[in-house]
Amino acid sequence: MEAFLHQVLSGLATGGVYASLALALVMIYQSTNHINFAQGEMAMFSTYLAWNMINAGLPYWGAFALTIAISFVAGVVIERVIIRPVENAPVLSVVTVFVALLVIFNSIAGWIYTYTIKTFPSPFPEQPLFGNRYISSHELGAIGVTLTVLVLLYVFFRFTPLGLAMRAAAQNATSSRLVGIRVGWMLALGWGLAAAVGAVAGMLVAPIIYLEPNMMSGVLLYAFAAALVGGIDNPFGAVFGGFIVGILENLIGAYVIGTELKLTVALVLIICVLLVKPTGLFGKVFATRV
Amino acid sequence: MNARGMLATGLIALLLTAIPAVAQKKYDVGVTDTEIKVGQTMPYSGPASAYGTIGRAEAAYFQMINDQGGINGRKITLISLDDGYSPPKTVEQIRRLVEQDQVLMIYQSLGTPTNTAIQRYLNAQKVPQVFVATGATKWGDPTNFPWTMGWQPSYHAESVIYAKYVMQNKPEAKIAVLYQNDDYGKDYLNSLRAGLGAKAKMIVKELSYETSDPSVESQIVTLQASGADTFFIFATPKFAAQAIRKTYDVGWRPLQIVNNVSNSVGTVLQPAGLEKAEGLISSFYLKEPTDPQWSKDKAFKDWVEWMKKYYSQGDLADLGNVYGYTVAQTLVQVLQQCGDDLTRENIMRQAANLKNVELPMLLPGVKLNTSATDFYPLEQLQLARFDGKRWVLFGEVLTGH
Amino acid sequence: MNDALATPPLSMTRYAGLSLRAWKMVGLIALVLGAIALPFTVSNYRVFQFNMVLVYAIVLLGLNILTGYNGQISLGHGAFYAIGAYVAAVLMDRAGWPYWATIPVAGLACFVSGFLFGLPALRLRGHYLALATFALAVAMPQLLKYKHIEQWTGGVQGIVIIKPDPPFGWKITPDQWLYLFTLAILIVMFILGWNLLRGRIGRALIAIRDHPIAAEAMGVNSALYKSLTFGVSALFTGVAGALGAIVVQFVAPDSFTAGLSINFLVGIVVGGIASISGAVYGALFIQFVPNFADQISKAAPWAIYGVFLLLFVYLMPTGVAGFVRWVYQRLRRARGGTDQPAVAKPS
Repeated sequence: MEAFLHQVLSGLATGGVYASLALALVMIYQSTNHINFAQGEMAMFSTYLAWNMINAGLPYWGAFALTIAISFVAGVVIERVIIRPVENAPVLSVVTVFVALLVIFNSIAGWIYTYTIKTFPSPFPEQPLFGNRYISSHELGAIGVTLTVLVLLYVFFRFTPLGLAMRAAAQNATSSRLVGIRVGWMLALGWGLAAAVGAVAGMLVAPIIYLEPNMMSGVLLYAFAAALVGGIDNPFGAVFGGFIVGILENLIGAYVIGTELKLTVALVLIICVLLVKPTGLFGKVFATRV
Repeated sequence: MNARGMLATGLIALLLTAIPAVAQKKYDVGVTDTEIKVGQTMPYSGPASAYGTIGRAEAAYFQMINDQGGINGRKITLISLDDGYSPPKTVEQIRRLVEQDQVLMIYQSLGTPTNTAIQRYLNAQKVPQVFVATGATKWGDPTNFPWTMGWQPSYHAESVIYAKYVMQNKPEAKIAVLYQNDDYGKDYLNSLRAGLGAKAKMIVKELSYETSDPSVESQIVTLQASGADTFFIFATPKFAAQAIRKTYDVGWRPLQIVNNVSNSVGTVLQPAGLEKAEGLISSFYLKEPTDPQWSKDKAFKDWVEWMKKYYSQGDLADLGNVYGYTVAQTLVQVLQQCGDDLTRENIMRQAANLKNVELPMLLPGVKLNTSATDFYPLEQLQLARFDGKRWVLFGEVLTGH
Repeated sequence: MNDALATPPLSMTRYAGLSLRAWKMVGLIALVLGAIALPFTVSNYRVFQFNMVLVYAIVLLGLNILTGYNGQISLGHGAFYAIGAYVAAVLMDRAGWPYWATIPVAGLACFVSGFLFGLPALRLRGHYLALATFALAVAMPQLLKYKHIEQWTGGVQGIVIIKPDPPFGWKITPDQWLYLFTLAILIVMFILGWNLLRGRIGRALIAIRDHPIAAEAMGVNSALYKSLTFGVSALFTGVAGALGAIVVQFVAPDSFTAGLSINFLVGIVVGGIASISGAVYGALFIQFVPNFADQISKAAPWAIYGVFLLLFVYLMPTGVAGFVRWVYQRLRRARGGTDQPAVAKPS
C-alpha cells in the first residue's frame, strides 16, 4: 500500500512536469490553432539561457524573470519572421516549419552547450516538506508554479481586453479584423506567451531530469498525450491531463504490464479515451457546417 | 670458394637484403606515399548525438599527428560521416566510404545496431572494421568475422566482474536491476545473469526504461519496494544520475553498482549529488577526467593540453574525449606496426598483434593485448569505490572471463 | 458545395489538346527508360542510394493518398514501414521464403493493420488524429523489442538478411538487380495509385477531404472510404518497408524511430501535397539532403537540414511538384506568345 501511494505521488510529480509543457502547447493552440512540435526544444533553449545567466552570477529569480522576458520576445520574433510566411499555407507546411525549428534548436544547443548533462538549481528548499520521502520540495513547488501559471492565464484570457482580443483572433480572424483587432499581432503575442510558459516549464523540469539538449523530447511526447486526454483547447484540461498521464504511466509500469511496454499501453489507453471523447475529456466539441 | 663464387654469393646476399626493402612497400586502396584514408560513421545528429564528440576527438588527434608529420610521412585523413544512429543510413554511408572514397579501413564506427548492419558487407568485401565503438560482446569473433574487431572491454566482461564481486562479498544479496531497454542494457543484464550462473536467482527484480522516458523515478520506487539490498544500474549518464539521486532521496540504501559508461564524477555523480553517490561501486579502464586523483598526473595534463590546443570546443568533463583520444592512439600504434606494408590484410594482422601496449590515459596496469584468436583488445578492469570525493581503486586489475 | 468537386488538385488539371498528352506520354516513357538505364551508368553505391529513393517514393505515394488526397494527417507511417520490413525479414530469415514472395504478404499485413487502425481513427479529426498516429510511431520500436516476440523479431539485435542474387544467371550486380526489381514494383504501384486517384474513388477521397458532410450527402460512404484509404496507404508503405529491408539487408528497432515518420511527412510536403510526381521529389529530398547537410557542418548537421527545410517550404509553397508545374506553365505561356493570355495565377 505504501508503495502504491508512493507511485501515485511520484506520478503526480512527473505529471506536473508534463502539465507545464502541455500548458504551453495549449497556449499556442488557443491562439493560433497549431500544435507546435518545437515547443519542447524552445523551452530547452530558454532553460540554457537561464543556466548561462545563473552561472554568470545572477540571482535565481532575476534569471527566472529575465529568461521569461527574453523567451517572450523570442517567441514574438519567431512568429513574425519564421511563421509569418506560412501563415496562410496548408497545415502540413506549418508542421514542416515546426519540424525544422525543432531540429535547428536541438542541433544548435548541442553545438553550443555540448551533450553532457548539467545541473539546474531549484529555488525550493533541498529538504523535502514535512520530512516526507515521497515527493521533494522542488516537485511540490513545480506543481504549485504550474497551477499559478494556469490561474494567471485563465484570468488573462477571461478578464482582460487583450485576452479577449486574442481569443477572438484565434476563433474568427475575419470578424476580428472587422472590429479592429490586429490579428497578426495577436498571433505573435500568442507565440510569445507560449514561449514564456514553455520557458517556465523548462526551468521547472530541468532540476528534476537534468539539463541537456534532448531533455524535452521525452517530455514533449507525454505533454502531447496530456493535451490529448484533457482536450487541446482547454488549459485546465491539459493540466489535469498531465497529472492523469503521469499517474497512469506509473501505475501501468508498476502493476499492470511492466516497464517494457508501459509507454505503449499508456498510449493505447489514451486512444481509448479519445474514442469515447474524441476531443479529449474537456475539449470543445466542434460542429462542422457545409 | 673462389673470387667469382664470393662475388656471386655477395651479390645474392645483397639482393636478398634489398628485395624485402622494396617489397615491404605494399599498399591497398586508400594509401599513397603521403596519405592513409580512414572512414567511419558517427551519430552527429539524432538521438545518440551525445557520442558525436568521440568522432570529433579522433579527428582532432589525427590533426595533431599530421601536424607532427604523420606516420612514416603519411598523413591520416579521417572521413567521418553522420549516420544519425540509423542503420539504413549507416549502410549507405559505409558503402560510400568503401566504394567511392576508397578508404583503407572502417575505424570506430559507433553503435551496436549500426555496426551489425554493415558487418557482413565489410567482411565480404574484406575491409577491416576495426575498433568498433561499442562494447557489445559479439565483436570478438575472428572465426566468423575475421575483419571485425572491438576495442573497449565488453559489457559482458564488465558484468561478470561485478557478478563475481557480489558473490564474494555479499553472497546472500537480493539484487535489483535497472537497465536501458536496448542492446546495450540487455547485454549487461544477460551477462550479469550469466556471471551469477546458478545463483542468478539472486536477482529479485529487473526493470527497464526507454531513452525517450523523461525520468526513471517510478522504476526506483518499484525497485525499492522489491526489498532488494543490491542495486545494479546499467544506464546512460543522465538516467544513472537520476537513479542515484532518487535512490538516496527515497531513503533506500542498497549496495549500488553502476556500469562504467556512467561513472564519471563530473557528468554523473556531481549532478546526482556527491554525498548521495558515496559507497558506489564501479569499474575503470580509462582515467576519468573529472576524478581529482588524476589532476596532477602527467598523462592527464598532456590530455588537457591537447584538448585545449586541438579540440577547444570539446568538453573537458566528457569521458568520450578521453575515449576518442585513446582509441586514436591505438590506431596510430597499429599503423606504426604496419610500417610500409599498408594492406588491409596487414592492418588486421597488426591489429591482432598488439602486445602489452600501454597508453597514457589507460589505467595503470591496463594493457592492450590481441592475438589471431583474441579480438578483444581491452579486457581488463579495476574495481573502485566512491568515497564521496573520488574513486578509490581497490583489488587487482581483473579480467572478466 | 460543388466547389469541392470543381477544384481538383493541380495534378489533375487537364491540358488542352491530345498532342500535349501524347507529348507527356513520350516524356514519361523517356523518364522510365532513363530510370532503367541509371544503374548501369553509376557506381554500385549510387545504385544503392537511388534504390532507397525508389523505396521512399513508394512510401510517400502511399502517405500522399491518405494525407494529401484524403486529408487524414498521419505522423505514424514509419510504423507501417516497420511492419512491412519485419514481415519480410521474418519470413526470409525464419521461414526461408524467397524475397519476392514476402512483398505481397508485407503489403497485405499492412493493409489489414492500416484498415484496423483506420477504424478507431475515424472518430478523430485533425490534430487529434495526427497525434494518435504519432503515438503509433512512438510505440512501434518498443513493440518490436518486446520479449515475447523476440524469437521471431530478434529483439534488440534485429535480423540480418542476405542480399538476393540476380535471377536467370543475369550478369548484373545484386545492387543493379534489386534496383530494377524495386523500379518494377514502383511502376506497378504508381500505376495503381494513379488509377485509384484519377477516377471515381479519387474524387470521393478529395470530396471527403474538402467537404466531408457534403460528400456524405452525395452518397459517399465516408467511413468506409476513410478506413479503406488508411488500409491502402498502409499497403503501399508496407510494400516499401519490405523492399527497404531487403535493400538494407537488416532490420532493427532503431531503424524505425518516430523520426522516420516525421521524415516521411516532411517528404510529402517538400515533394508536393496531393501530387503523384511529388513522391519522387520528396524521396530525393529525404535521401540526399541530410548527406548534404553533413557535408557542410559536422558540428550541427541537423541545423543545416532545418534551414534547408525552411527554404524549401518558403520558396516552393506547393512543393517541388508545384514548382515544376509552375515553371512548365510559364514556359508554355512564353512559347504561346501574345495570342494566349495568361490564364490563372499558379496557386
